[in-house]
Amino acid sequence: MPAVSMTVNGKPVTGDVEARTLLVQFLRENLRLTGTHVGCDTSQCGACVVHVDGIAAKSCTLLALQCEGAKIITIEGLAEPGGALHPMQEAFRENHGLQCGYCTPGMIMAALDIVRRRGNDLDEHTIREQLDGNICRCTGYHNIVKAIAAGAKAMAKGGARQAAE
Amino acid sequence: MSATGIGATVRRKEDFRFITGQGQYTDDVVRPGETRAAFVRSPHASAKIKSVDAGAAKKMPGVVAVLTGFDLAKDKIGNLICGWMIHSKDGSPMKMAPHPALASGTVNHVGDAVAVVIGETLAQARDAAEKVKVDYEVLTAVVDPAKAQAAGAPQIHPDIAKNTIYQWHLGDAKATDAAFAAAKHVTKLDIVNNRLVPNAIEPRAALAEYDAGTDNLTLWNTSQNPHVARLVIAAFVGMAPEHKLRVIAPDVGGGFGSKIFIYPEEVVCLWASRKVKRPVKWTADRSESFLTDAHGRDHVTHAELALDANGKILALRAKTIANLGAYMSTFSSSVPTYLYGTLLSGQYDIPSIYCEVDAVYTNTAPVDAYRGAGRPEATFVVERLVEVAARQMGIEPTELRKRNFIKSFPHQTPVIMAYDAGDYLASLKKAVEAADVKGFAKRKREAVRHGKLRGLGYSTYIEACGIAPSQAVGSLGAGVGLWESAEVRVNPTGSVEVLTGCHAHGQGHETTFAQLVSERLGIPFENVSIVHGDTDKVQFGMGTYGSRSGAVGMSAIVKALDKVEAKAKKVAAFMLEAAESDIEFKDGKFTVAGTDKSAAFADVALNAYIAHKFTGAELEPGLKETSFYDPTNFTFPAGCHICEVEVDIETGKTEIVNWTAVDDFGTVINPMIVEGQVHGGIAQGVGQALLEGAVYSKEGQLVTGSMMDYTMPRAHDLPSFHVGLTETKSPSNPLGIKGCGEAGAIAAPAAVINAITDAIGTENLAMPATANAVWTALQGAKPRQAA
Repeated sequence: MPAVSMTVNGKPVTGDVEARTLLVQFLRENLRLTGTHVGCDTSQCGACVVHVDGIAAKSCTLLALQCEGAKIITIEGLAEPGGALHPMQEAFRENHGLQCGYCTPGMIMAALDIVRRRGNDLDEHTIREQLDGNICRCTGYHNIVKAIAAGAKAMAKGGARQAAE
Repeated sequence: MSATGIGATVRRKEDFRFITGQGQYTDDVVRPGETRAAFVRSPHASAKIKSVDAGAAKKMPGVVAVLTGFDLAKDKIGNLICGWMIHSKDGSPMKMAPHPALASGTVNHVGDAVAVVIGETLAQARDAAEKVKVDYEVLTAVVDPAKAQAAGAPQIHPDIAKNTIYQWHLGDAKATDAAFAAAKHVTKLDIVNNRLVPNAIEPRAALAEYDAGTDNLTLWNTSQNPHVARLVIAAFVGMAPEHKLRVIAPDVGGGFGSKIFIYPEEVVCLWASRKVKRPVKWTADRSESFLTDAHGRDHVTHAELALDANGKILALRAKTIANLGAYMSTFSSSVPTYLYGTLLSGQYDIPSIYCEVDAVYTNTAPVDAYRGAGRPEATFVVERLVEVAARQMGIEPTELRKRNFIKSFPHQTPVIMAYDAGDYLASLKKAVEAADVKGFAKRKREAVRHGKLRGLGYSTYIEACGIAPSQAVGSLGAGVGLWESAEVRVNPTGSVEVLTGCHAHGQGHETTFAQLVSERLGIPFENVSIVHGDTDKVQFGMGTYGSRSGAVGMSAIVKALDKVEAKAKKVAAFMLEAAESDIEFKDGKFTVAGTDKSAAFADVALNAYIAHKFTGAELEPGLKETSFYDPTNFTFPAGCHICEVEVDIETGKTEIVNWTAVDDFGTVINPMIVEGQVHGGIAQGVGQALLEGAVYSKEGQLVTGSMMDYTMPRAHDLPSFHVGLTETKSPSNPLGIKGCGEAGAIAAPAAVINAITDAIGTENLAMPATANAVWTALQGAKPRQAA
């Protein structure tokens, strides 16, 4: 089996994987980072969104081998090492932007990518359009939209690091 | 009200683990030596299995075992069952066809499982599954429920003529016919309540482990009701005695009804784990979810409403064909009967109602409860009839509703239910004001100027929740009681664990239940933890569905807390050397009336366990109490949702421009969580009305078999919602709670379709009202002029 190496949440990792192994399988099964979820297998729901070299990507649609040498950030890599939550995580909790929690890691990772692309001052319309790649069945999006707007603002205030840095 | 007590917006305890990626869903659980299962599923909707050849599959790398339906039958594993008996109008019992977990005789829907491959890895199991050769003799399928009973239609199950499961009815046919004969106005509608796929974002999963040393089986699964799963798998499937089977439903990623039921894969994983003596895990991919999760709705209905010249409703009648799919799922029989026909009175005083329901088999996935379960279908019938009748009679839709609202309680409807409390005028009035209905005419005129048609639609819905009391549901055919259990364990340090028979899969019980305990015992919210979802920890409980956890589950906790308080008072009496009758309990402190002698809750807890202040003859040590609570009636949440839409004349695309919901849920424990439930419910209802619809080809292939083909509501399909509350307490439980989980999904479809048909001026519009459907309807319609 071919070997693959990448940096995940700041730590160098290597593994022997079948060529067909998806990035999400490598993260979940080889590295036991189970915060990244699989919801649809067809790149529709976004439960599997992680950051690859600073850009949001659906880890169910990437092969692990494609990520050779890449810097990956998953939901587990967002909080400060000391435990302080990222402002976007905090905003999801504060605004009740989650119910069952299954889509949440992908939502938070996608939200950070929206901030990266569209800045910290996000209106409702922009957030709704930009969330096209993420499906939530619980919340009706109302509080997710609020959470992302608040999280984006909080990131500007606190000068929070971008997740992918 | 304390900052964390009843009525307070408290941030959720459960969120930290979810926002940091530390939730533990079934697929996240790993057991030593775990194998993976891949199912071999039928590509045909209806076929005879002539042979299954596993020879090549068994030689594939990493294959541990290949097991077929023939092996299952040989091991005498029992069938899956439907647990609610419905009798036809002629008195005959419903006709339940055998449902083996793996088929060996015939397959009856695409996705019906025929064999399972157990492999060292998922990839190896899947590779080998492709090598299992099944020789099928393909038969003609029947897919359309309206055609399933026709002469000459293929018969799916031997001995079940015309594919008819039951022909049920409710109400007084004669009185209803007489009322129609005397009516001044009759409104008639043909309605298809479109078939939906629940699509919880976490796919179903099962992990089974056999312990040969103890002969015990453990199942981790995505269940809304682990004890019911254990009961059915033990008592009916016969997998293991109930006490030798442990079911654990850890974090569950949404259910919406679809995870109530007991599914073949859970049975097969348990059976296989005992055969291969290793843990066996299966997680559905999304295509399997589409093909095998129980779907929702799928009714074909003709409905009529009779009114006098003043718009007073005289009678309602409905004839419905309900598609239950290829097999009867766990509670499928109850959905189009006692969860549907009994709600056809809506919020209205209707003297006569008659409802007939034929349930049929088709070669499609089983259909069972999906958020609202029967009540959205009933609400859609009633609220479309009322709105259309108002338009036909030239009466303002709100006015027609007001003339017919039930205004005094209790109110006995002609269809079983006795509504105990409500104020339907109040919620309508508040919603009309919040939605600025007064300004609608102006907004409509402005919309026309930029090529849009505006419409306003109402839905004044009612639902029956709690799904209890047990004696009542038993008399209607339920195979189980629908009470709930709770155990309150006070620890020696004064912290508290509550073990509940409810199960949370997004509802936030760890927070709301702790709010109740914190307020009641006067202890910090942080000192309370809620335990659920494990049959080895929690005593028998009924699980979570039907918006029952607040009304029934929390009431059980209240009853157990009553007992804890009573016992603690005895302990305090010994500690404070006072008579038990003189002990008062308030704000976490026991005091002797009229003195300054007191003991804090934690001190009393400690003394209950160290037992130094009393003898065993005087009092049992410990502080732990249990309750099984059975309510006295269903609860009846109700409210008014108003949807305002703009339809693009050129394209038919509908945009929801305003949504106003005013709901009466009785007592609200945590407004933030309740609002979240309403938002999510509305989104699912809007999904049904505008976007979602499961489509089978006439050969029985699921055309909408992935999220690329089945339209899930996304953020840009929905507006922000304006959510408000009115409150009349439910008299049927000690907290006055009615329940909020399903309201949005029940109310929303009728509000959306009433709004679009108001905009486009024709009632001839089926769900989902896609841009194409609305554009097509518009071509034959004459848009109503601005008022």
